Amino acid sequence: MPELLGKDFTPPDIRGKVTGAAKYAEDFRMDGLLYCRLLTSPMPHARVLNIDLSKALGMEGVVDILTADEVPEQPGAATNILTNEPHFVGEPILAVAAVDETIAQNAIEAIKLDFEPLPFCVDPLESLRPGGPNAYLEGNAVVPRQGVQEFKWTAEDFEAAGEGELPMGEPTAEWSYGDLEAGFSEAVFTLDETFVTASNSHHSMEPRTALAYWENGKCHVRGSTQSQSFVVPGLANYIGIEPENVVYVAEYCGGGFGSKGSAYPTMAIPAHMSRKTGRPVLMRISRAEEYFLGSARPGFQGRIKMGFREDGRISAVDLYIVQESGSNGGGGDMGAAASSVSIVYTPLAMRYRGISVLTNTPPRGAQRGPGQNQIAMAVEPLLDKAARQLGIDLVAIRRINAPTNDSRYGANRQPVTSAHLRDALDIGAEQFAWQERRARSGQRDGSKIRAVAVGQAFHSAGSSGYDGLVRITPDGILHIHSGVGNLGTYSYASTSRVAAEVLKYDWDNCEIARGDSSLGLPWNLGQFGSNTSFTMTRTNYAAAMDTLSKLKEIAAMEFGGSAEDYDISGESVFNRSNPSRRMSYARAAQRAIELGGAYSGHTVPDDINPMTARAVAGLVDTGLIGVARDNMGQRGMVPALAVGFIEIELDVETGKVEILDYLGVADCGTVNHPQGLATQIKGGAVMGFGMACTERLIYDNVWGLPGSVGFYQAKPPSYLDVPSEMGWAAVNIADPQNPVGSKGIGEPVMGCSAAALLCAISEALGGHYFNRTPVVIDMIVNAHSGQPQSHTPLQVNTQ
Amino acid sequence: MPAVTQIVRLTVNGDLREVGVPMHFTLLEALRYGLGLTGSKQGCDKGDCGACTVILDGRPTLSCITPVFEAEGHAIVTVEGLADVEGPHPLQDAFDLHGAAQCGFCTPGILCSAAVLLEKTTSPSRTEIKEALSGNLCRCTGYSKIYDAVASAGQRLQVEAQLGESGR
Ligand code: FES
Ligand code: FES
Repeated sequence: MPELLGKDFTPPDIRGKVTGAAKYAEDFRMDGLLYCRLLTSPMPHARVLNIDLSKALGMEGVVDILTADEVPEQPGAATNILTNEPHFVGEPILAVAAVDETIAQNAIEAIKLDFEPLPFCVDPLESLRPGGPNAYLEGNAVVPRQGVQEFKWTAEDFEAAGEGELPMGEPTAEWSYGDLEAGFSEAVFTLDETFVTASNSHHSMEPRTALAYWENGKCHVRGSTQSQSFVVPGLANYIGIEPENVVYVAEYCGGGFGSKGSAYPTMAIPAHMSRKTGRPVLMRISRAEEYFLGSARPGFQGRIKMGFREDGRISAVDLYIVQESGSNGGGGDMGAAASSVSIVYTPLAMRYRGISVLTNTPPRGAQRGPGQNQIAMAVEPLLDKAARQLGIDLVAIRRINAPTNDSRYGANRQPVTSAHLRDALDIGAEQFAWQERRARSGQRDGSKIRAVAVGQAFHSAGSSGYDGLVRITPDGILHIHSGVGNLGTYSYASTSRVAAEVLKYDWDNCEIARGDSSLGLPWNLGQFGSNTSFTMTRTNYAAAMDTLSKLKEIAAMEFGGSAEDYDISGESVFNRSNPSRRMSYARAAQRAIELGGAYSGHTVPDDINPMTARAVAGLVDTGLIGVARDNMGQRGMVPALAVGFIEIELDVETGKVEILDYLGVADCGTVNHPQGLATQIKGGAVMGFGMACTERLIYDNVWGLPGSVGFYQAKPPSYLDVPSEMGWAAVNIADPQNPVGSKGIGEPVMGCSAAALLCAISEALGGHYFNRTPVVIDMIVNAHSGQPQSHTPLQVNTQ
Repeated sequence: MPAVTQIVRLTVNGDLREVGVPMHFTLLEALRYGLGLTGSKQGCDKGDCGACTVILDGRPTLSCITPVFEAEGHAIVTVEGLADVEGPHPLQDAFDLHGAAQCGFCTPGILCSAAVLLEKTTSPSRTEIKEALSGNLCRCTGYSKIYDAVASAGQRLQVEAQLGESGR
């Protein structure tokens, strides 16, 4: 019976957050600090012809200016740190450092820039038309292994599509399995639907501030990132130095949701500026700039054909996605979406085709459930449409298509580690009183209609092969060195507890070393992709097992016998047949220092990452060192699966949707930290509600200007938009490929709520399917009153 | 030209502080850059998010759109001043206990808005909490744990009041 796992605890960093003591990147101050501001592009695509800095440099308080020529250029369509050919409004061209922010901003106003405007594009389909505009001078698509290329469909491709249907020209990505033709001929009901999902911002509450200074040849950076160790190599690359010369501090991160998982270009600007000026530099990013620099979820223009057997089983799926990939071709969303369909609905045959198109809009990147959550919003309502047609219950049609432990995933038909979506549906249906509530779904009271619905989503949620590092010091304290990062989910802490559990530690005698690479942090995967729970429980387990072996070996050396003769309890190691032969962990740590070698970090396993080896080198002779790579092996993909049950009331006169109740159910393996899981389910649900009904980025077709550069325009949900209470539950069946049964969950808990809400709206409207997100209130009013919508089916950048 | 600075006298968390700030500074800038009180956050700088909320004469106030000179002569409480000598504010303990802070960036502003609410009533309804906090965005928590934390802090204040002791 675990002592720590499965129980709530107070994470060590929460106190700083409620007292104001927690220091985020923008909270640091230093003597001689300079403040940096960016001159950004006013045009969606342009070439800088001439820069006149003379007036700005002559201003009192201005210290220096950094231009694109002074920073490393990035390959292909990757976003540059600074550029002379901006590809989106808001792309940084140069940076000014001054003694305060106001002066830096005034200096920017004094800089004279001459631009040559270049062709631009904000609609992927327009770009694919013959003669359509390209986002880059080199072309409009990032073709695998070929970089940016011009890629156009033919006029016939466009003509072949029916009115309002997605044309399907040549793709840049494609895979299939099974006999598609046979699948469709087996079907008694076939859907062929075109859909659009809007791009939306991450809305991390903390904009991406960074501070940097140089000391003794090392660059010290304080940044806002979800991840810790994983950021360092990318950041070093942006700065142009070796990773061992970066000291990276990211103790707190005010939200990232995928946008701060890895190093990003602007965080290197203070480092370059500091190198140039010899002074520490802070660069604060404004909320408006965050909408440009902060990346966004790629939008989809897609089409899906689904064949259903009479029993609701999906016999074939043919999916095509045109992905809006912004200025950087970012995000593997379309492929992830296709793989998601392959596992959530396990179609007997499937084909996927996709093309990623560059536009002159902000860089795109992963946002919570990248690809999987867009496709959940597109496909889940269609599942309801089929269920209505076939006369099947909405839960039943999901159950019959749901994956099991034997299901296969994606193009390569990979096995899965565990999949309990059916259990999640069953638990949810019972707890939500599905049958009872369904009986009242569709009932009208005045202008309000009730609707009850369900939604599902998936994310691949775990990895392996990273390093764990723990240390027992002679005072008996267990130091768990975590390189994963601190996104705010507390999973850095809940996964650290695995080491304490293995070593039977009192949690009060454990400390987590984190947030500062100079503390000696191991190489870990970043805190993204719902992977921390699976990946980092394994690394901490591996390090703890190494520690356990060393404790037993040290005891055997002291008392005789072999390591196998020893066990642990009460933070000491003892001889099983003679428990009086007992050595405290504190004493063992002291003995480890005396013994040297691997016991105290003089030697390390050959297979650990150089970053971990450097971390250990800095900890030599401080105690008993447990360090190991996770070599436990992993067979197959780790599916995180989630289901959301929802009841709403839709006012057909105003289009207002009130969420009356919501229950989220997670298949995340064994629940390690109940409170953390509950917050993931509820927080993810609210993000999902926003993605479904309010949030979107809009670009003006004529000038390429952004229409959403503030919270009030881009509309993340507030207290007023969501229920004050929501339910949660978990399947709680251990994943067999994790030593403590855990797998991740952070992303699908967003997609399933978005899908559930969209399904409920369609249900309330008697089976009107919008095939578009967000579903905003005027769309609802138009749909109910039989008015035409103000957009065409494939239009992007709509309200 | 570096901006002309002027001395402003602010009563922050019970202390009278003097700080030289440019004339155009907001209260938030004066707190963060002038006084080093970085607990109040800059989430948007234009009144949208509530991360900068402080308590001004007992009212929740967006410090990012309050000119610093308008704050002179008023009592300002920031997140750093919510605790008192006897210990943390019950809200701070409740946020710990209920896991109501995730990334924590919105938390200082929410605590200030909630503290004002609990001054008015220690048994707020869900609707009252919703209205009091509706100006504070949070992207992480989904809000429901914040309701729970505020309600439980209110209950503790009630118990303390009934016992006739501060208890903290
Ligand atoms: S920073 Fe003041 S409301 Fe956002
Ligand atoms: S806890 Fe992250 S924004 Fe509220």
